[in-house]
Formats: sequence, structure tokens, C-alpha cells
Amino acid sequence: MELLRFTTAGSVDDGKSTLIGRLLYDSKSIFEDQLEAVKAASERLGNEAVNLALLTDGLRAEREQGITIDVAYRYFATPKRKFIIADTPGHIEYTRNMVTGASTADAAIILVDARHGILEQTKRHSYIASLLRLDYVIVAINKMDLVDFSQEVYDNICREYAAIAEKLDLRQVYYIPISALDGDNVVNRSERTPWYGGETLLHLLETLPLKAGVDELPMRLPVQYVIRPQSAAFPDYRAYAGRLASGRLSVGDKVTILPSLTRSEVTAIDEAATSLTEATAPQSVAVSLADDVDVSRGCMIVKTGEEPRTDSNLTLLLCWLNHKPLAPGVKYIVRHTTDEVIGLVKAVDYKVNINTLEQEYDDTTVRMNDIAHVRLKTAKPLNFDLYADNRTTGSLVIIDAATFETVGAGMIVAD
Amino acid sequence: MSEKITHLKELESEAIFVLREVAAQFERPVLLFSGGKDSIVMAHLAYKAFYPATIPFPFLHIDTGHNFEETIRFRDELVARLGVRLIVGSVQESIDTGRVVEETGYNASRNKLQTVTLLDTLEKYKFDAALGGARRDEEKARAKERFFSHRDEFGQWDPKNQRPELWNIFNGKKQQGEHFRVFPLSNWTEMDVWQYILQEHIALPSLYFTHERDVFERDGIWLAYYPFMKLKPEEKVVRKRVRCRTIGDITCTGVTVSEANTLEDIIDEIAASRVTERGGRSDDKRSEASMEDRKKAGYF
Repeated sequence: MELLRFTTAGSVDDGKSTLIGRLLYDSKSIFEDQLEAVKAASERLGNEAVNLALLTDGLRAEREQGITIDVAYRYFATPKRKFIIADTPGHIEYTRNMVTGASTADAAIILVDARHGILEQTKRHSYIASLLRLDYVIVAINKMDLVDFSQEVYDNICREYAAIAEKLDLRQVYYIPISALDGDNVVNRSERTPWYGGETLLHLLETLPLKAGVDELPMRLPVQYVIRPQSAAFPDYRAYAGRLASGRLSVGDKVTILPSLTRSEVTAIDEAATSLTEATAPQSVAVSLADDVDVSRGCMIVKTGEEPRTDSNLTLLLCWLNHKPLAPGVKYIVRHTTDEVIGLVKAVDYKVNINTLEQEYDDTTVRMNDIAHVRLKTAKPLNFDLYADNRTTGSLVIIDAATFETVGAGMIVAD
Repeated sequence: MSEKITHLKELESEAIFVLREVAAQFERPVLLFSGGKDSIVMAHLAYKAFYPATIPFPFLHIDTGHNFEETIRFRDELVARLGVRLIVGSVQESIDTGRVVEETGYNASRNKLQTVTLLDTLEKYKFDAALGGARRDEEKARAKERFFSHRDEFGQWDPKNQRPELWNIFNGKKQQGEHFRVFPLSNWTEMDVWQYILQEHIALPSLYFTHERDVFERDGIWLAYYPFMKLKPEEKVVRKRVRCRTIGDITCTGVTVSEANTLEDIIDEIAASRVTERGGRSDDKRSEASMEDRKKAGYF
């Protein structure tokens, strides 16, 4: 069984909670006490049927109490796959939550209300899916029951969305007409959409190819920790522990260690007591090298001839996460893979209006939930790939040097 | 094409990544060990993360004084085998020194008192990261928990002020006196834990498997009977074949009437119990639906 991570974005009105409730319910991932509670609440609210939206009601209670609405993670499994949902609220003030949820996702489900068609928030969600480079976008055209399952309505929305997808360079887009409330095309094929020849939502989620191509990328092993037992049984054992960010690594591979550019050869790949001949991303391993080289946390092991970029001047698309606006020229802590350096933003080129997708040059104060194109200068060079090529070695976070809060999320782009 | 990475492999790799980040980013981490299956899985992952070196942090057990003796025996054998240092925080001591007041009445439990003992012990040893086995699927509030969860100098969690956590970049920076709770099993479900135990042949205390025990029923839940527990007049101690689904303090650990004798049996039982959650309470219905669910679950 494999693991697929996806994010759902949308407001309560889109039927997002109902859809998640439907997926959990129909995949039997709901416990008796949860269902009892939902049944009771449904009756209390005068709903005839069990209101599945109440399953994700934590969010609503939060709002009533005035607590920040946050990313909630939910889990379900079918015999084919395990799924992790990063459930994020879709209003503009929650851009940072959408970015957070999308950062670990393989796919995004974007809900469109069939009655309203493409809205500003549809574009916003799509932009974030594109910004975070998700492999797949599934446009779930919901509430088809309220437009009499009209093929014309569905076709028009698909056509309109295709133009957005092209503009945003979305990799792969799927369209599904659904009714989350009644379950049409969610788990079971609907008889009310005979004109629809595609798959159900769950079947699509079960069959999307996983981690498309991440093992075909150049190998990147950011070193987390050096394992040196210095024990009687293992007096000379020394291995560099880390999780493969991309690619595959084999015993015998010629490697280069960054930033020193020292070269060596892989002599062993250990997964605890098991010795492997080959490892693939995202495995966590411990790698031994032929030579006694200087390797510590923050170094990166790559295959010789596949070196990443090295620079202390980086261009970023930066999502700001903190109430305190970005202070250009002020020193921040930059964390990139397992490496950490001091850095400052030299210039803000423009901000992206995520509703119109236009670039704004007038007001360049970067506030919470803004996405900006900025120039970052680091105290020592980083070894990185472009985010478009590698989501792990192309991403970084910015940490406030005084409060230690995580204040920015950066994706490295070409100049 | 290389072999597909299974969901268990990916969850394991993620948890090991988190454990190694903790060892690298913190000065004095500790692993909270309750003796339950989740903390036993944590111990196994920590063993794998640093092999062949010894796990570079101690284990901390908050002992309510009301533990199953099997739990304590298992704990001691495990830390001896792993060669890690065990620190025990004693709730009895917190009671004796007046830090907490023992609850009274029928439902008296030391479960709540543990928090004080835990925070006191973390402070005493100046631990700056406490690794826990909590999972996001356990309850609604936990669905929003971070892998690296920041605690202020009072040890409190402020849900309004959580640090955003993006990609796999974990920020463990903190001010003096603050600490982190870290949850490597965040993305695991109960089923994942059991499947992993089966896959890795992880030894568990015998309490998880069917055994005969003195039990009594309270509010629809079977509890293990020990002489220090106060029974209501209508409550009768009976002998039944049971097993624990979770293991904690005796006073609040419900047991399940079960014949499950192997890990496969337990996984089957959990897969089936998901149906009852959905399908109503009658026994006939339950067994019919459990069959359907087993079939749907396929590989078990």
C-alpha cells in the first residue's frame, strides 16, 4: 500500500467539509463515537440526514471561539492506498495555511460550486497549487445536484478553468462533476451523469501516479546527523544520516560533498542493521564513504557530475507568514534543508495579487499572507536547486532572529 | 523502476527523519515512554535511526504508581536491551510532596496528575525536547498539532500561536526555559501502528493479547480490577478473556473482551471495529458488516 498526500482548499460554502466527511464516511474511516456525535448534532440542528460536514466541525468551533483557523490533518485508507488530507480554510486571510497545507501535498482538490462557477478564490487556490508545484490538480465541480446535473454547466466551467490552468502552468488537471452531499462520483459512479466518462474522485485518488519522477531527479542527500558509535563492537563506524530528498543512491557511486567539493565513493548504505545496495527517495539512510572526509550536518552529498547550484544571492517567491511585516535589510535566520545561515532581503521586486494574478509594484511592504518576489542575500552560499526542479532543495524558511518564529516560506526561482 | 515505497516505509522514514532532527537540533532531548504500543514503536524507530550507536537520549516514564506490573517488567527489559538510561517521574512522589492532591471517589484516577509530575521532571533535568507518541488521528485537537510543537516556559501549548510548519523543515529554535514536544508519529493511524508492529516483529507486553483477568463493567466499559479500586454496590468482579487496546494507568485503561491471540488477530479486530462504528449496534449487523469490511480491507 502506498501513501498519497493531498490538500483541499475551499470555504465552508463550497461543500469542502461535506466532501471530506463523505470520503471518510464512505471509506469507513469514522469511529462510532464520532458518528454518534455527528448524528446527535445533526438531529439537534434539524437535519434530516446525517450531516457529514459536522465531522470536520473542529474548524467551525474554532471560528466561533475566535481562534486562528489552522491546517487540520485527516487520515483515511482504502485497500489500495493510505491518504493524508491537509484540510485548509480557503479565505484570503488564510493564504499562509493554504501554502502550509500544499507544501507537503502531491495533489490539490479544488472545489468549485457548480452554481457559481469559477470565482476569485478558485484562482487563488489554483495559484497556490501552481506556486507550490503540486503534481496534480483535481477540479471537483460540486453541487451538480443543484444544476440538474447539466453537462452544459460542467463543460463551461471546465473550459473556463482550462484557460486558468494554462496561464498558471499547472501540470496535470482533472475535472470531476460531483455531489458531495449525495455522493455522486465521489466513491460511487453516478447514474445522474451519464455524459461523464471519467473516473470517480476516490478512484482517481487511488490511481494517480505517486511522487512522479522524484526518484529520477539528481540524487540529493542533505546530511542531518553523523552516526559514530565509538563502541567496542563498532570502533570505526562512521556514517552520514539523512533522508534522500530526491533520486537514488547506490553503493559504489562517486559522490561530491558540498560545500567542500571533496570527492569520495559510497561504500555502504545502511538502514539500521540492514545493508542496502541501493536507496531511493524518500528513504532515511546512513551512508558510509571510502575516504575520511569532513562531513557534518548541513553538508549535502550529491553524485559527482550532478552538482546543484551554489550561490549566496537567491531569487525567491516568498510567502509571508507573520503579523510583523518583512523588514528588508534586517538579518534573519535562513533554514534550507539541514543547513542554516544568516540572510537578509535586499530588495522586494513586486508582490503577486493572488486574486488577479497580477504583479503589484506600488506597495512593496510584505505583510502576512502576501506573496512577493524578493532578492535574498545569505552570509554563505547555499547549495540548492530551483523549486520547480526539486521541492526539497528548492525551498527554505525564514526565521525571525529575535523571536525564533517561522516568518517566511521561500521558493527559489530563476532570476 | 525501483520498488515502490510503501506507506509504512514512508511513515517510518519520516519518523526517523524527525528523530534525527531532534538529536541534531536540541541539547537535551528525552523520549516519553509510557509502556504503550506507540511508545514501544517510538523506541524501535529511535533504535533504527541511530543504529549502530546507542539512542542518544534517555527515556522518561511518568509512573502513576498504578501501572500493570507487566508494563513495568516490559519497560525494564526494553531499556536494558537498548542500553538507554531510564528516568522515572513518580506521581506518588508528587502526591507525597504536596505538588498534587490525590483524587477521591469511584472514578479517582491519577491520569490527570501526571501533567504536574511530567513538567516538574522536564524542568528538573532541563530537557528541551520531549518526544511523544501522540498521533493526529487520535482526536480533533490533535489534528492541528505540529511535529515540532512549541511550549512556553509554563509548559503550555498555545494553539493560536503555533509555528507554521512547511515542507520538512522543522524549526526547533527556542528561548531560554521554553521547550518542544515532538511527535514523530503525527501522520500514523492506529492501523499503521499495528501494521508496522507486525511488519517489524516488534515485541509487545502480553497485555495486548488475550488473557484471563478480573474485570468489572462501568459506564459500558470493562476495567481491570485491582484491590485499590473502589467498586460501586452494583458492580461485580468477573473473570473474562480480555486484551488491552491501549495501555495506560490502570484506572482508565479499558479492556476489550477478545480472543485475539496474534498481531494478525488484532489487526483483524481493529479492521472490523471500524464497521461497528458505522453500522449500528446490533450484534448480527456487526458480524455481517465486519465480514464485508474484512473483505474490503482485502489483505488482512
